[in-house]
Amino acid sequence: MKTLGKSLKRPDAITKVTGKAKYVADYQVKNMLVGKILRSNIAHGHITKIDVSKAKALPGVVAIISADDVPDIKFQPTGLPIASYPEPGMHADKNILTNYVRFYGDEIAAVAAVDVLTARKALELIEVEYEELPVYLNPQDAMTEGTVEIHPDSKNVLGRNEFTIGETDLAEAFERCDLVREDEFMVNPVQHCQMENHIAYAYMDEKERVVIVTSTQIPHIVRRVTAHALGLTANQVRIIKPYIGGGFGSKTDVCIEAIVASLTLAAGGKPVLIDMEREECMIGTRLRHAIQFKIKTGVNREGRILAKEMISVSNTGAYASHGHDIASKGGGNFFRTYPAELVTHFEGTTAYTNLPPAGAMRAYGIPQVNFAVESHMDDVASALGMDPVVFRKINMIQEGFVDPLKRNMVIENIGLDQCLDKAKDYIGWDKKRKQYSKCQTGDRRRGVGIACFSYGTAVWPYDLEVAGARMKLDPDGTLQLTMGATEIGQGSDTVFCQMASEITGIAYEHVLIEHINDTDHSPFDTGAYASRQCYVSGQAVKKAGLEIRNQILERAEHLSGIKVKDLDIVAGQIVEVNSKRLVISLMDIALKSYCSMELFGVIKSEVQVDVRSTAYAFGASAAEVEVDIKTGRVEILNICNVHDSGTILNPMLAKGQVHGGMSMSLGLGLSEVMLFNDKGKPLNNNLLDYKLPTIMDTPDFGVEFVETYEPTGPFGNKALGEPPAISPAAAVRNAILQATGVRVNQTPMNPQSLFERFTLEGLI
Amino acid sequence: MLDICEYYEAESLNDAKRKLASSPSANIIAGGTDLIIRIRDGAMANASLIGIGRIEELKEISLCKNGDIHIGSMVTFRELEQNCTIKERVPYLGEAGGTMGGPQIRNVATIGGNLCNGAVSADAVAMLCCLNAVLVLESVNSTRSMLIQDFYLGPGQVDLMADEILTGITIREQDYLGYQGRYIKASQRKAMDIATLGCAVSVNCQEGTIRDLRIACTVAAPTPVRCSSAEKLAVGLKATSDNIMKIRDAALGDVTPRDSWRGSKAYRKQLVMINIQRALESLVLTDGGE
Ligand SMILES: Cc1cc2nc3c(=O)[nH]c(=O)nc-3n(C[C@H](O)[C@H](O)[C@H](O)COP(=O)(O)OP(=O)(O)OC[C@H]3O[C@@H](n4cnc5c(N)ncnc54)[C@H](O)[C@@H]3O)c2cc1C
Repeated sequence: MKTLGKSLKRPDAITKVTGKAKYVADYQVKNMLVGKILRSNIAHGHITKIDVSKAKALPGVVAIISADDVPDIKFQPTGLPIASYPEPGMHADKNILTNYVRFYGDEIAAVAAVDVLTARKALELIEVEYEELPVYLNPQDAMTEGTVEIHPDSKNVLGRNEFTIGETDLAEAFERCDLVREDEFMVNPVQHCQMENHIAYAYMDEKERVVIVTSTQIPHIVRRVTAHALGLTANQVRIIKPYIGGGFGSKTDVCIEAIVASLTLAAGGKPVLIDMEREECMIGTRLRHAIQFKIKTGVNREGRILAKEMISVSNTGAYASHGHDIASKGGGNFFRTYPAELVTHFEGTTAYTNLPPAGAMRAYGIPQVNFAVESHMDDVASALGMDPVVFRKINMIQEGFVDPLKRNMVIENIGLDQCLDKAKDYIGWDKKRKQYSKCQTGDRRRGVGIACFSYGTAVWPYDLEVAGARMKLDPDGTLQLTMGATEIGQGSDTVFCQMASEITGIAYEHVLIEHINDTDHSPFDTGAYASRQCYVSGQAVKKAGLEIRNQILERAEHLSGIKVKDLDIVAGQIVEVNSKRLVISLMDIALKSYCSMELFGVIKSEVQVDVRSTAYAFGASAAEVEVDIKTGRVEILNICNVHDSGTILNPMLAKGQVHGGMSMSLGLGLSEVMLFNDKGKPLNNNLLDYKLPTIMDTPDFGVEFVETYEPTGPFGNKALGEPPAISPAAAVRNAILQATGVRVNQTPMNPQSLFERFTLEGLI
Repeated sequence: MLDICEYYEAESLNDAKRKLASSPSANIIAGGTDLIIRIRDGAMANASLIGIGRIEELKEISLCKNGDIHIGSMVTFRELEQNCTIKERVPYLGEAGGTMGGPQIRNVATIGGNLCNGAVSADAVAMLCCLNAVLVLESVNSTRSMLIQDFYLGPGQVDLMADEILTGITIREQDYLGYQGRYIKASQRKAMDIATLGCAVSVNCQEGTIRDLRIACTVAAPTPVRCSSAEKLAVGLKATSDNIMKIRDAALGDVTPRDSWRGSKAYRKQLVMINIQRALESLVLTDGGE
């Protein structure tokens, strides 16, 4: 590879660090109104009266809307192309504004006013009366017989699925095991806390179309969903996505677009901005699902897993958002990393409760499953008296694995074993494991832990995987690239430019990419989620690049008489393959394609791909910790992630992804949790009380790669965006287990909760 | 956009006092790192503010002839950390200040604001309690001094009249000469966090014997507390591990932490004990410990 595989500078680097890149908040629109959302201050109940008259009378208030002012259309705000599991449209359970409140913070009215203070004052003047209903915060309470249904006819169950893989009867299989162990785990809800809060502004253009400039991961889907919610056709809505300050999945839902659009409609098309505050963003967008797990594993004396079962109950909160998909994806993951010899059984349930809605968050439910499964693996290993690494190696997925959950695809190119070896070596496993297994008695005790993961790339075969790319050769021989895929900070635009350069032979610096998506102009692509863009949208770049390259070489053949197959493009020149002799410069061809009588015909391509494959990324984390028994504090002494993500397309960006993901996982494992009182009122929806780690809490991260080649990927690559956020938490949990002998089966493993456990276990 | 209706920049201390006396609803703004947050939260509609950031005399740290140290109320945490007098005489006070917020906050947050805000978790307070710091409060008509312990009336409540300005803090020589100190802040994060429990210890220990011990805890009661029974017990004791355990156990009787979702009573008690123990061990332990 010439351009790929190198740590090339991001095309948006300078623009961003010099502050020139425009994010939604940077657009100065004349006479922009400020929109504010009135959120419920109870978690469950009917609105019996809503009086906006005082607010309306406040000077500077331009429009006020409540549930009666928006179409009575239920929609599903989710990101995937069209929810296809279990069937399309199944979970359309949300109105733009509601008079039936389902969580503390539910959207009940919105105001557009001349400035923030007026808008805030107007919210205070809206009088709301409620008839309160019982509040259910966990699935068990919500699913009890006779409870109030948060959504009609749901029994507060959003979705359920189960599968059994293997011929043997489950009970019989467990009977045949030499050792059976059962554990329970609880992963508590966290929030994305991406740098840029949700923000959007909307206005009506001269053609009376609703234009929404929004910080989203999925512009094309936002258009479809918003249009549907507003009772408009897709064409009446236009979405523009400027530079984005992160999303981590929280922007794969329509959270504010339909509200801000409704406000502009109510305000006669005047521009209205909704700029969410952090406190609001933390409850008014999405959470990561809280999931409870029961896992049972049976092994034989040699440590081979014969049978296993997982029962998971996921808490989606007040609305479906991504539906049951997150819980069901976890089931597949449970089955795959360590397949059981005889039988695997999974049962997953997703329940409605009165917590804020949970949706997609980096790695889509797998961090939760991984914490449970990888912790449980260590517990089984210790029951067997076996080294956790050895136990994993005996059971890990092998090449040639046939996956019945993925249309019997055969999984090949598995770098998991090597990842595990590398992680183990990085941490000095053999020596330290032994050293720390000696009886430790002081206040500070050490341990090492390990965890593995597997992760599917993109969403096929459950959903459509499509992407588009457009390329045009400019008169000076540079290339313009327009993607439907969305750059949200992760660096995909950089890699797309590298791909375009790799394929066409045009220098990387000569590829100009459009960072802004616009549903009027950008090719169709579903957006940034599921670690899909380099894998799926990358195919579009490759295809478009090949077409461009071919067109260039055809012109060169026309001019030189040398056959296309004997020509190549190297550093902006067309050369003869064998002699390396210069045939013609790219610039010449480019210019002629615009202004020559004989050669006119702009060189361009526009392609769409429909990708029908997936690939599994693998990896392992290893951690060394020191636990302060007396205070419950955990210090990470050393930690690493090793990834098999196929070809690494840009090592620096890849490392950046891994750093960020590891930090997220440590947050989930050690400090972050969204707290609510028994009435469902959020307690810590701010960055002081919600313990997002700071840089001071962040250890140095070891990052290594095992580069396999994935033939279905455009350049041998597979998922890397989400995987780093999966396994560090479990590795730390297992290290704490070695250090203290205490099995902590719940996140976050923060000082307070460890203090309680250590007290219970008699360590304090 | 903040709900501020008036801002007045005081030219001098007298100017500030006069302005404050004539505008009963006005608030002093120092670094603004507490105040602006309250305004943003909507807790102070139509705020009227008096800025005291240009008053040079409030920004000084001086060593008096008699050995007392005077710290102006507008001294920032960064200045406190870097000041030579503090470094030489009470380095542990500067270190305590260094546990607060992050570098950006320490650049603007003042010690006066930290005290006047009255937060139970304020990081400058515990060590100042050990130092028996004396606060100087001035208004147009009066000047008062009081011990820092007396300044605290309850959570968020301090003995500060509407027309008063905290001008400075005096640390008397007798309260630091011969003492060593240590502040241990227990918080979930290593920066940008409030204390789950703050524990300051200062000790005068000669030839292995504790002559005087001062322990102050924050978030351990509605106001900062000195652990007086532990302090009394300590006088004359040898600085041994056993004695340190006795002292820390005695301190439990001096605190009344509460249960909240930020931390349980039991956990806070544990932190009182363990952090007193650790602070003392690091300062005076002679028999090797553990
Ligand atoms: C991100 C962040 C992190 C923080 N971390 C910490 C931390 O770790 N530990 C900690 O203790 N605090 C922390 N704080 C709180 C705050 O920074 C401190 O309490 C700080 O010392 C307040 O000082 P200030 O100068 O900003 O006060 P201001 O906000 O200006 O004032 C605070 C209050 O005191 C009054 N006041 C101020 N000066 C005087 C005076 N001279 N006379 C009379 N009244 C006065 C004001 O009227 C106001 O009511 C943090 C704040 C932020 C925003």
